[in-house]
Amino acid sequence: MARDKDIVLEVKNLYKLYGVNRNAAMELLKKGAGRSEVLKQTGVTAAVNNVSFEVERGKIFVLIGLSGSGKSTVVRCINMLQNPTAGSILFEGQDVRKLKKKELLDFRRHKVSMVFQNYGLMSHRDVLGNVAYGLEVRGVPREEREARAHEIIDMVGLSGWEKKNPSELSGGMRQRVGIARALANDPDVLLMDEPFSALDPLVRRDMQFELLTIQRKMNKTILFITHDIDEAFKLGDRIGIMRDGQLIQVGTAEEMTSNPADEYVRDFIDSADRSRVFCAKNVMETPSSLIRVSDGATKALSAMRRSGVSSSYVIDEKMVLVGILTLEDAMKAKAENTPIAQYIIQDIERVAPDALLADIMPQAARTRFPLAVVDSEGHLEGIISKAAVLSSLT
Amino acid sequence: MPNWIASFPDTIKINIATPIDNFVEYINVNWRPFFDGIKTGLLGLLNGVYAVVEFIPWWLLIAIVFALTWLLMKKPLRAVLYAVLMLLIGILGLWSYMQLTLSIVIAAVLMAIIIGFPIGVLVSTSNHANALVRPILDTMQTMPSFVYLIPAVMLLGIGNVPAIIATTIYAIPPVIRMTNHGIRHVDKEVVEAAQSFGSTRWQTLVKVQIPQAMPTIMAGLNQTIMMALSMVVTCSLIGARGLGHEVVIGINRLEIGRGFTAGLCVVILAVIIDRLTQGIYKTEAGDDHGKG
Ligand SMILES: Nc1ncnc2c1ncn2[C@@H]1O[C@H](COP(=O)(O)OP(=O)(O)OP(=O)(O)O)[C@@H](O)[C@H]1O
Ligand SMILES: [Mg+2]
Repeated sequence: MARDKDIVLEVKNLYKLYGVNRNAAMELLKKGAGRSEVLKQTGVTAAVNNVSFEVERGKIFVLIGLSGSGKSTVVRCINMLQNPTAGSILFEGQDVRKLKKKELLDFRRHKVSMVFQNYGLMSHRDVLGNVAYGLEVRGVPREEREARAHEIIDMVGLSGWEKKNPSELSGGMRQRVGIARALANDPDVLLMDEPFSALDPLVRRDMQFELLTIQRKMNKTILFITHDIDEAFKLGDRIGIMRDGQLIQVGTAEEMTSNPADEYVRDFIDSADRSRVFCAKNVMETPSSLIRVSDGATKALSAMRRSGVSSSYVIDEKMVLVGILTLEDAMKAKAENTPIAQYIIQDIERVAPDALLADIMPQAARTRFPLAVVDSEGHLEGIISKAAVLSSLT
Repeated sequence: MPNWIASFPDTIKINIATPIDNFVEYINVNWRPFFDGIKTGLLGLLNGVYAVVEFIPWWLLIAIVFALTWLLMKKPLRAVLYAVLMLLIGILGLWSYMQLTLSIVIAAVLMAIIIGFPIGVLVSTSNHANALVRPILDTMQTMPSFVYLIPAVMLLGIGNVPAIIATTIYAIPPVIRMTNHGIRHVDKEVVEAAQSFGSTRWQTLVKVQIPQAMPTIMAGLNQTIMMALSMVVTCSLIGARGLGHEVVIGINRLEIGRGFTAGLCVVILAVIIDRLTQGIYKTEAGDDHGKG
């Protein structure tokens, strides 16, 4: 199969076992035994059990799973904070496990940076000193690294706080420092282990938004860990679900929702607040009848009768939405023998294709017609009935 | 009734005192140059420290104590109290004795840091070293302080220099222990963060672990200083001069007043040094509570 995707990071058959009797445990795992069975028979914890996935450049890959499912262990193997028991971790084709000591240091200094759940900031350094740390160990001269740190601090919205101690900052601000510190190195890949889990929900939303902004601006590849399905769906271009050390399913949010691999995945997805996951284009349907402005009343009436609807959207020659025509109005127009144009209701609710369901719900409740999904040029892309909005949430 | 039931049988007896004596004798003869070297070095150190301490005029030292107390503890009244107490040492006529005692303490503490800190760091990085050193420290801390006088006297004779040795050995455990403890208990995530950015072991140690452990290390240093001060007084038994010597004279000649006066000055010195060093590490720890 030809590779048209640009894969930065590839994890292949990764295993990480904790315990003494690892060889025996490995045998069992290869025979298909589960984590609890292996633990019972050999006393070995299979933290990561045969995990493989790929991360595309410039994308956000999210690993999600319950506590203890092995997410942290996977990311910590990627920068070798933990030494895998078996398998390979290919960074741009090079196996990280085969790096020599010096090469590993270089890999950590230039290629990957990590953001920690509890920030991992150094309380004996101010914000500037923390952000510049990565460059400092790399040997970048003071002036240069501080200039760079200032730049990044600015970008994460912390200018003016450079001289503060991390302990003087709020949680959200601390994690901004953590992110700035990771970005200062200009790494290819950002590893983020539940970076927002310690933040309260409002701050968390801001940070997610900001991360997306930063990611688009700097085009970073991110491996993001969370146990929150909403966060995963919001951030992840692709998502991997882990259970008991295994990666059960990998796919986009839509793929996963429409086709969950098993009950565990389904449960996870069910726990999501779908209104924050789905957007208009996920639930819209093609209108069963469409009328052109140039059509006569008779043609409009027959189109509506054919599809059994009491109203229909009207578009112009370029597919741009003009408005809506009801069955009654069409009959009036026919009786008066006038063009339908003057009966078209133009004041209707329009939504963008990527509007979140949560945001369009009030509009859906307000209108007596289905919502029209239009792109930025006003082309009609689809419609959403009130029923569709509600049913997509359950 | 056989005799050996009532009292321990004479026939089972091992004499370890003689071999130890022999060993010391052997070292004394064959390692003479080595110990002479140590003696010269320590004497140099002590003279250096004493020169500095003596150079500071009495009013300046009192001013320093006053200023430090104010700065570190933010308690003006406390500062006045300590200044008055220092003044009292002078009024009681023991200023120069206090200077000497202080010098010996400083010399011994310097030695304890120079030797103990690297050991503490080493022990923190190796579980084997820790397993080896820990029981030694435990033993050292339960040993009566007089015991340290014996090897010091044996190898270096009497006077201020063996006092420094005995004091250093007696006071070294807290520095080692707390350095070890402090470094081992640095927030794991912070250390991992340092590693994840490609720090070498040395960089991690110097740029992260030691600075993060500093409050704990300072607490250890405070203990070491206090132990050194008490040991310096004990060391007057092997001829160390200073306040302790005055106490010993007081005991020997049954001059209770003289002994008491010197004892009082030791207490004053101890309290002030204790509070000041505590003030240093507490403000340091206070600045970065709740590790970022
Ligand atoms: N040093 C260790 N020794 C033994 N077992 C370990 C060790 N580290 C992790 N484990 C085990 O490995 C499994 C996976 O742990 P891991 O931290 O990767 O999970 P996680 O998915 O990140 O969970 P969480 O959401 O709680 O962070 C757990 O069962 C854990 O108990
Ligand atoms: Mg984890």
